[in-house]
Amino acid sequence: MLQTNTFPKHECLGIHPAVRFFAMLFVSLIFSGNQAWALTGAEKVALVRGESEQRLQMLDKVLAQGDVTATVYLQQLLDDAVRLDGDKVLIVTDEGATNVMTGERTKPSEAAEEVINNNRIQSELEASIATLNLLSQDASVRLAAAQKLQGTEANSSRLLLIAKAEKVETDGKIRALLQQVRASIELTSDNKATRLAAAATLAASSNSSIKQMLSSRLAADGETDAEVKAAITQALKKIDRDLATFELLGQVFTGISLGSILLLAALGLAVTYGLMGVINMAHGEMMMIGAYATFLVQNLFLKYLPAHFQWYLLAAIPAAFLLTALVGILIERSVLRSLYGRPLETLLATWGISLILMQSVRSLFGAQNVQVENPAWMSGGIEVAANLVLPYNRIFIIAFAALVLVMMWLMISKTRLGLFIRAVTQNRGMASCSGVNTSKVDALAFGLGSGIAGLAGVALSQIGNVGPALGQSYIVDSFMVVVLGGVGQLAGAVYAALGLGILSKFFEGMAGAVLAKILILVIVIIFIQKRPQGLFAFKGRVID
Amino acid sequence: MPQLFAQPSLFSRLYSGKAWSMLAAALALICLVFHMLNLLLPADSLFHVSDYTVALTGKILCYAIVALAIDLVWGYTGILSLGHGVFFALGGYAFGMYLMRQIGMDGSYHSSLPDFMVFLDWKTYPWYWQMTDHFWFALLLVLLVPGVLAFVFGYFAFRSRIKGVYFSIITQAMTYAFMLLFFRNETGFGGNNGFTDFKRLLDMPITTPQMRMALFILTGCMLIALLLVSRAIVTSKFGRVLTAIRDAESRVMFSGYNPLHYKLAIWTFSAMICGIAGALYVPQVGIINPSEMSPGNSIEIAIWAAVGGRGTLIGPLLGAGIVNGAKSYFTQAFPEYWLYFLGLLFVLATLYLPQGVLGLFEKLKAGRRAVKHSDNNPIEKA
Repeated sequence: MLQTNTFPKHECLGIHPAVRFFAMLFVSLIFSGNQAWALTGAEKVALVRGESEQRLQMLDKVLAQGDVTATVYLQQLLDDAVRLDGDKVLIVTDEGATNVMTGERTKPSEAAEEVINNNRIQSELEASIATLNLLSQDASVRLAAAQKLQGTEANSSRLLLIAKAEKVETDGKIRALLQQVRASIELTSDNKATRLAAAATLAASSNSSIKQMLSSRLAADGETDAEVKAAITQALKKIDRDLATFELLGQVFTGISLGSILLLAALGLAVTYGLMGVINMAHGEMMMIGAYATFLVQNLFLKYLPAHFQWYLLAAIPAAFLLTALVGILIERSVLRSLYGRPLETLLATWGISLILMQSVRSLFGAQNVQVENPAWMSGGIEVAANLVLPYNRIFIIAFAALVLVMMWLMISKTRLGLFIRAVTQNRGMASCSGVNTSKVDALAFGLGSGIAGLAGVALSQIGNVGPALGQSYIVDSFMVVVLGGVGQLAGAVYAALGLGILSKFFEGMAGAVLAKILILVIVIIFIQKRPQGLFAFKGRVID
Repeated sequence: MPQLFAQPSLFSRLYSGKAWSMLAAALALICLVFHMLNLLLPADSLFHVSDYTVALTGKILCYAIVALAIDLVWGYTGILSLGHGVFFALGGYAFGMYLMRQIGMDGSYHSSLPDFMVFLDWKTYPWYWQMTDHFWFALLLVLLVPGVLAFVFGYFAFRSRIKGVYFSIITQAMTYAFMLLFFRNETGFGGNNGFTDFKRLLDMPITTPQMRMALFILTGCMLIALLLVSRAIVTSKFGRVLTAIRDAESRVMFSGYNPLHYKLAIWTFSAMICGIAGALYVPQVGIINPSEMSPGNSIEIAIWAAVGGRGTLIGPLLGAGIVNGAKSYFTQAFPEYWLYFLGLLFVLATLYLPQGVLGLFEKLKAGRRAVKHSDNNPIEKA
């Protein structure tokens, strides 16, 4: 039946809800089963019969009534639910057919045919629905309608209604949109002052479709007045500047988000390499295991706690950390322990381990990618401008990387284990003499590095595919970060990761993804010429 | 065997009489026995060697050349390259360009251009394809392209004294970058698919058993020749400096040598050997594509040397044979277990076979004779 919240505000003002309810009931009894009660049967017929011009005129009339309930019929018309059956006009739904004139239920004859809506009528119908929806009480419906109108052709018949809607609009964002829509219609007005004002309004839009519309106004058959033309050119320039700025900001943002992924991937490597001189080729596979741990936790939530599904990620973080840390400690105890001091051998051995881990995951979960869903609170994003949307999942990753960085810094600089790790990194022999159990510190540090890789895997599972080869694509990049940043330095890793991230996004914009990667590698190689020990290196006297 | 260095005679410096006779036997096996068993015996004979076996062995011989190259830089000079796959592939691509030109008008589009260029709607060959229809020029490219790349890359890397794992990681990045580059269609080397469907070599059909056998014998002879050259290098004074660089680079510098020249020379030579191996590989296998440059492939090359025994020249050849033989067996018999096996091989070889199969062999022999051999392969650090 009728939903009260779809009623236009302005019509019902001051009417007691109960009165309104009975009025509705009364009306709906007259037109039984016909929800678009505000349109008379004759109007409905006029909307479907006759020449296109006449139908469009009728549509304008309907629009002038400003009745949101008319959208129901217009939508039916758009959905081909309205049929012509001889001299009758029927609405055919799943429940049956209704004659629009009489409101009676009938059966459509075999000759019944769909109303033909040409492209123009279709787009006008859509625009009319959107315009009428501007009067809806549901803010999200109004927003969608305003966005829809922004993309459609200017038509002065909608101006009145849009202006009216703009006046009563309480939501600032929707009002700004409506202002733009109104301005783009007013750009064709006869009044020069109105046109100038419209151009000024549109200058603030920073929207590429408005840009297109403005430049089409500058064409030969468009604007004739020189002053208005100048205003439009001015507006175009402003929009271009804004668009470029937002694009730049967007690149910086994606660069930072890529950088924070690289940072997460490289932080763990920085620990293991800085501390033990171990090149852990299985680091990428640790990330992969972290991502699969997220997948498992997600499935557990789906099965046992579907009500709290959106919080599975919070549970996945410690789970992934513990699992990968455990795997890391296991690897350290079983293989790496006997290879210290032989970095090239550890490289080969950990490569072997990475192959085994990859194949194990393939045997356990299959070679296909698995599905990891974003929690609801991570979908969508902040819309800064039409061409700059900051997705929540990217923001989450940046915040997450920052959090991990801070935690790690606290752990290295404030805790006893951190003290031991620093001591062993700086001088293994001396630390051992002072009673530090270096072998235990090694195991824990390797566990820590692997655990952080697991956390990186959690983050990756939220933005990309989760499959057995997930780690492979990050291993070269994260080594680049470690090489660039220098060994055993958190600050170096942070700068290198963010720098590489932003730089590669810029190159991507200029030269495409593949060339960007190659350029980055070349830059890293050249950079290492100048500073073989990375951005930040310990000054030491030991040569070999 | 220090007593060998006292004698200047090259023949006796390289190998002992027994080793020479074994080499001659290997040469005969490749040139005569394989030849006769494959071509002259009927297919149903017990001793017949199938075409498949010849192709597989030929492939492994190419890999053995690569293993030899890696042993020169890793086993003797202590530079672990994780990017030798790129030199191998570049050699292959250089020769592949010639083979593509030899297809002539027989491609599926009947154009003088290779199919992939027709597909890209290119009208003429890009500049780097000029002259590639000459055989001698292709041979030159096979040596020069990997050589120049290695020289430039090595010059910058060694000049700033990048070594150890840093160097390894950068070489890995290099091969990764090249792989990405060659995956692009616009690079002009066939993108994903690379070069394939070769028809002729020197205007003779490439798929005949005789041609296959000729390539096989050529590969075998090349392997043995390169082995002797390498052996001559490592037993010379130059080679002794290389070994010294491996064991204590700073001390070599303090003694007045510039390691840059030595490293650069052996690094470039090694890359050129890889190029030769690639050029011999492509006509035998019939395809070259960018996946040959994947970082994983290059790391696998290192494991051949590690399994066989670094710093022995012969060991890596054995290693290439063992690992690739196992690979072709496993990928047919138990495809899903191959990666487990390879992974375990990496781990076990580094943990328990620091001197490879050859070292194990020596140890067993030494144990039987109850004589301590401590002069062989003093590889403690790489």
